[in-house]
Amino acid sequence: MEMFYEILITVFLVLAGVFGLAGSFGLVKLRDTMQRLHAPTKATTLGVGSVLIASMLYFGLIKGQLSFHELLITIFLFLTAPITANFIAKTYMAMNMKPEDIPETERAYGWAIFEDPPQPVVIDDEGQEGA
Amino acid sequence: MIEMALYFAMGCFGVGLLFNLYRIAVGPQAADRILALDTMVINVIALIVLYGIQGGTATYYEASMLVAMVGFVSTVAYCRFLLRGDIIE
Repeated sequence: MEMFYEILITVFLVLAGVFGLAGSFGLVKLRDTMQRLHAPTKATTLGVGSVLIASMLYFGLIKGQLSFHELLITIFLFLTAPITANFIAKTYMAMNMKPEDIPETERAYGWAIFEDPPQPVVIDDEGQEGA
Repeated sequence: MIEMALYFAMGCFGVGLLFNLYRIAVGPQAADRILALDTMVINVIALIVLYGIQGGTATYYEASMLVAMVGFVSTVAYCRFLLRGDIIE
């Protein structure tokens, strides 16, 4: 049974290494900034996820001390990866595109990367919109 | 067997760090550099956890958690500085 656990952990570690390398290699190989955004945010998060699964299995099955700290790191990374990708895409758009290049928002406000946020509407005691 | 896999994974993430360094040096835009720095932070988290497995201690989770948080905050701060010219408006 010990042998089976070791094979399982080894598989996860090798998977993590391959995905981590693929994510970082995509950063070098892909041509455009927006294409490059694709590689690390997906593959490296999967690589780190495999490392953390391997760590949980190692400490739970071989060392005999089950811990859930790794799940915290996994959840944190899964929550923050899309926010980071969104911010980097917005930075790229703000520095490379003009407002004429992208379609209209079809709403009262324009794109957030070009315009200031709208002022809050103040309503006074009579229910009228004030300044 | 686990030892060999650990060295393999550490090597992979180390080579990945070199790729990220190349992207930081070459650029060509600020968005590329931010992305490479963020990937570097993620690779370092993986390396710290792997080092913890190798040492057999659970001491390194706090370190990797802190690195994850600092990396996220720094990425967002850098992006906001480029977007708005200010971090907290």
